[in-house]
Order: sequence, then structure tokens, then C-alpha cells
Amino acid sequence: MNAVIEEHHDHDHKPTGIGRWLFSTNHKDIGSMYLWFAFVMFFVGGSLALVIRAELFQPGLQIVEPDFFNQLTTLHGLIMVFGVIMPAFVGLANWQLPMMIGAPDMALPRMNNWSFWLLPAAFSLLLASLVMSIMGMGAAPNFGWTFYAPLSTTYGPSSTDFFIFSVHLMGISSVMGAINVIATIMNMRAPGMNYMKMPIFVWTWFITAYLLIAVMPVLAGAVTMMLTDRHFGTSFFDAAGGGDPVMFQHIFWFFGHPEVYIMILPAFGIISQIVPTFSRKPLFGYSSMVYATASIAFLSFIVWAHHMFTTGMPVAGELFFMYSTMLIAVPTGVKVFNWVSTMWKGSLTFETPMLFAIAFIFLFTMGGFTGLMLCIVPADFQYHDTYFVVAHFHYVLVTGAAFSIMAAVYYWIPKWTGHMYDEKLGKLHFWLTVISSNVLFFPMHFIGLAGMPRRIPDYALQFTEFNQIATVGAFVFGFSQLIFLYVVIKCVRGGKKASSEVWEGARGLEFDLPSPAPFHSHTTPPQVK
Amino acid sequence: MNQHQKSTQQQAAQPENRLLVRRLLLLVVMMFGFGYALVPLYDVFCEVTGLNGKTGDQVVLNKQQLVDESRLVKVVFLASLNDSMPWQFKPEQSSIEVHPGKPATVNFMAKNISDRNLTGQAVPSVAPGLAAAYFQKTECFCFTQQELKPGEEKIMPVTFIVDSQLPEKMNELILSYTFFISKQQNEDSSASLALSLHQDQKL
Repeated sequence: MNAVIEEHHDHDHKPTGIGRWLFSTNHKDIGSMYLWFAFVMFFVGGSLALVIRAELFQPGLQIVEPDFFNQLTTLHGLIMVFGVIMPAFVGLANWQLPMMIGAPDMALPRMNNWSFWLLPAAFSLLLASLVMSIMGMGAAPNFGWTFYAPLSTTYGPSSTDFFIFSVHLMGISSVMGAINVIATIMNMRAPGMNYMKMPIFVWTWFITAYLLIAVMPVLAGAVTMMLTDRHFGTSFFDAAGGGDPVMFQHIFWFFGHPEVYIMILPAFGIISQIVPTFSRKPLFGYSSMVYATASIAFLSFIVWAHHMFTTGMPVAGELFFMYSTMLIAVPTGVKVFNWVSTMWKGSLTFETPMLFAIAFIFLFTMGGFTGLMLCIVPADFQYHDTYFVVAHFHYVLVTGAAFSIMAAVYYWIPKWTGHMYDEKLGKLHFWLTVISSNVLFFPMHFIGLAGMPRRIPDYALQFTEFNQIATVGAFVFGFSQLIFLYVVIKCVRGGKKASSEVWEGARGLEFDLPSPAPFHSHTTPPQVK
Repeated sequence: MNQHQKSTQQQAAQPENRLLVRRLLLLVVMMFGFGYALVPLYDVFCEVTGLNGKTGDQVVLNKQQLVDESRLVKVVFLASLNDSMPWQFKPEQSSIEVHPGKPATVNFMAKNISDRNLTGQAVPSVAPGLAAAYFQKTECFCFTQQELKPGEEKIMPVTFIVDSQLPEKMNELILSYTFFISKQQNEDSSASLALSLHQDQKL
């Protein structure tokens, strides 16, 4: 036994070849795989969005059939939510959590490997349905990423079953990832690091992991009910057998609303790491940040029906969900206040991560405000299912969550690769991205307020100009991301050596490690004062 | 630092990890169950609050209801077919006026205009939803499935009482029925269709 262990003596021993990745139990390798997976899916989902925008460049039908258009919107949504934002955050958690809490690796490395490798399987299933659709073998899922019954049960295409099993796999993957995060944070912290000394990114992921464990099983239950409704004669969502299609929406949004916070809480954590570094000041209001995150997580469970105001709810229900939704603005406001106060009188510098962080604060707040407009019941009857909703959730998910991921990559990539990225190209990427995303999404507010419905391939003539502006923005935005890809590849392959601190004002255990970070992170636990 | 020490350090946390993972998995299973528990909870919630316009099951009158002769409530009838169900379905009169507490009977007419046997299930709903709790049916064709042969026509009665406790401000109710093709039959017919296709191929 001893002899075997002795062989593993060298400092940075790692397996080589394909086996290094297939059988990896290393948090950094798995984190990299998650991030690359998300990056690939970002381009896949983005390409679908570009076809959608190209079709919407003019009124009338030009490029795709209406049914295929529906498949595009469905898969774009599913891929971006489950294939890009969530895996990217799990990838960041894998890379950063052990380094930030002073642990050598994640607590459950084998489960970590499994939870990653389920994802390519899940998305092969989902994308197979699109490939079959293109080859003329029957439609891909075409009921929108919210898969409302009976569109997905009675009227769902055969490929709906691919979708159902794909969602099952994604759910298992997310739940295992979440269990791993919780076990790592609860059992692997360095001596002296009590809960209220954890970096905010660790805190937000801790709470996110609990949200995942609470709601992913509910999603799994919903798709299982769909499956049995479709094939085994149950009637959960079928009125003919005593079920209720509206109940589907309740179950879906009971998952769906916490899900949108799963996609934004880690972003809050990232911004709370970056802003203090480049302001050269500690984070303003650390404990209020923790409590705000926890209250947002709690509130996320009691607001779900604000997605369903037009289903014919009684006034009492509408009022309850309207007021509880408005309440979320309070802890979110605390966070925005704290970020701005951290910058106040700081000695700010504007490297790419900070630029993305500031853009996040500004644009996410705008997305939050349109959310407040949508939660007002009488107004929502006008906005419901229009492009105003599309504008709202793209502001919080693209200029919110996706910007935070880009900020995080620029912020930590010198630590990962040991090289500084190309600052000039990074800035170019930032400016192109931030301008084009506003050209893309801002006009959607106007056409939405004017009444253009979402998920429709054709539109009335008066919406043409704003749609054309949005399409131009979409193509600039899409192709700008190739610069991001180039910057990342260039940084992986070489560049100016990064110091262990990387940034002048950087604090935290991950910046005590050399750059690039060693294969096993903190092999002796650091002492936290 | 070498791998040996790292692995001992990780081993130290293992019993704790195992306990934690077991607890978290239990939470996962409970939340999966909770998703299913939402189904009966939803029904109970709708029944208690009377939201959603779901009417209750058959009631048996064991005591004489107080008839409120001073009030007249208008009940409007709607009949619709789900999908493209090949039936005709309509009430014999579009509305009646009743005294709260007094039973009333209305006939609905259904006719199968297709060339095959069809079994249907009617699903009732009352609007406004909050009035559903005050709407009691003693007899209804929606309590059982209705089977019609090709071309068969059937008069189907429904007997109901509007509770005399009905709030003052409600003076018009809408009772709507939607006929669905029975789910059981749907599967039987698609199964027999598949079977016949299979036999065709054999020939």
C-alpha cells in the first residue's frame, strides 16, 4: 500500500491524456471542463438566437417556418439557462471555492466528476432533438422553455421525451453539484474561518446550493408527471381525467422562481468580490450582504405566481404575490447600495473585470426595475407575454448573470493560467459587448410596451425599425464574443506572468496561492485570523 | 507537500461528509415528494377557498333547505367541446332564474355526429369562482362518463341548488360544462389503431 502512495510523491502529479479529463477528480480540471462546456453551449445557444433575430429582421416569414421558430426559442432558452449560466457558475464554484476557503479540493471529488459528465449526456439528448428536426425527422421541443401543459403533454412532439430525460439528467447533475458545494463549505473550511468570515462568493454559492436542492427535485417531479401523463395514463395536467393544466404552471413556477435566483445569487457574490478589489476598500456592509442574500432566497419561494397573473387568479392572490414580489426590491436594493458605497471614495481603477462589474450594477438594476414594473398586477396584464418581458429577463440574465461570469473569468483567469490576459483586447470586448447588448435589448422595451408578443415569428409593420436595431445589436453582440474566446485562448497559451496577488488590491486566500494555482490547492490549511 | 498528507486530510472529513450527504439526499427526496404533494394540496386549497370555480362532488340533501323567496339568482349555462370532439352539445335553455335554496333541473342535449362510439367526460366550472362553494349539484351527467353511439342523441339532466347563503352581491352565476374525450378511450383507440397498422404491415 505504502509503495503505491510513494509513487504519487511529485508535487503536481496529474494523469495525462484523455483519462485526465474523463476520470478527473480534481476541482480545477472539473471546473475548467464546466467552464468550457458552458462556453461551447453559449455559442450554440447564441447561434440559435441569431437565427431568431435574423428571422425578426423583417416582418413576414423569411428564413424559418413558424414551427421551427418555436423550436429555436425553446432550445435557446433551455440551453442558455441549463447549459450556460448554471454550468458556468458551477465551474466557477469548482475552481474558486476550495481556493477561497483554504481547502485542498472539493469534499466529494468523485461525485464532482459524475455531476459534470452527466451534462454532455443531457445536452446530447436535447440537441439530438434539434438535429433530428433539421433532418426532417419530426419537430424538436417547441413549447417554450417553460413547457406549459398541455402544449408539452397533449400536443408535445415525440421528441418531448428526449427533453424530459435530458431535464432529469440536468437535475441530477445540479443536485449533486449542490451537495458537493454544501459539503465543501461546511466541512472543509480552513481553521479559524467561521461562517461570518467566508468571502461573499462562498456565501452566495452556499445559499444557491440550498436553493438548488430545494427546487430541482420539484422540477424533476414536474417532468415526471408530464412523462406519466404522456405515456402511462395519468391525468395530472389533463382536465378530462380530473387534472388541471393551471396546476402545471404552479408547480413549474414553484421551481422556476427560485431558479432565477439560482442564476443571479452567485453573480451577486462575484460582483461583491470584484468591486472591493478595484476600489481598494473592503466590502461595505458585509453582514447586510449575507442577510440580504438569505432573505432574497427565502422570498423566492413565496412569489412564484407573479408569473401567472393572467391565469384568472382571485384578487387576494394577485395582491399577495404583487406585494411579496415588491418586497424583494428591498434586499436587492441593499446590495446595490453596498456596491455603490464600496466604490464611494475608493481609489478606483478600471480594468476589464471592474468594467464588467460596474456595467453589471447599472444594467442589472435596470432589469430589476422593469421587474418591479412587471409585478404590478394591472400593468402586468398589458406587459404579459410581450417583448417587455423579454427585455426584462435579458437585462437580468445577459447584462446581469452573463456579465458577472465574464467579469469573474477576467478577474480570476490570471490565477488559473498564471498569465495576464490581453487588457487591450479585454477592454475592446467589454465595450463592444456592453454597447451591443443595449442596442440589442433596449428597443425590446419599446416594442413590448407597444404590444409585440413574444415567441411569434411575424409582427405588425410598425415594429420593424426597433426590431431591425435589435437584430443589428444581436449580431454585433454575438460576434464580439469571439474576441472573448480569443482572449481566453491567448491567456491560456501564454502572456505576461501574473503575480500571486494578481491585482493590487486583491484580498483573499486564493491570492495567497501562487499563479498559476497548484494542482492541489491549499495542501496545508492556512490559518485564518 | 505531497499527496499522502492531502489524502489523510481529506479522509479526516469523511465521516462528517457521509452524514451530511445522507441528510442532503433525504432533503432531495423530500422535495421530490413535495412536488407531488402539491397536487392534492392544490385541490384541497381550491376546494377550501372555492377558487378556480371547481364545483364539489354530488351532495345528498338530508335536510330541507331554507328557500329564500325574496331573491332571484340568474344562472347562465354554457356548453363547449374540447379539441375537435365530434359531438353536438348544448343546454335546452340558455339561462334560468332560481330562488336560492330551491332545487332546479336543466337538461343538456348531446349528440354524437361521428361514425364511432365515443365516451366523453364533462368537466363543470362555475364563475365567479368564489360562488362555486355555494353551488351544489344533486344530480349531474358529469358524475359519470357518457357513452354515445354514432348518431345517438341523449338528454342529460342536471339538478342543482344555489345555497341560500350565497352572498348578496352575487346575483348572476355561470355554469359551464366542457366535454372531453375520455382519456381511457383515447388510449384504447390509439392502441387499436397501432394494432391495426401492425396487422396491415403483416399482410
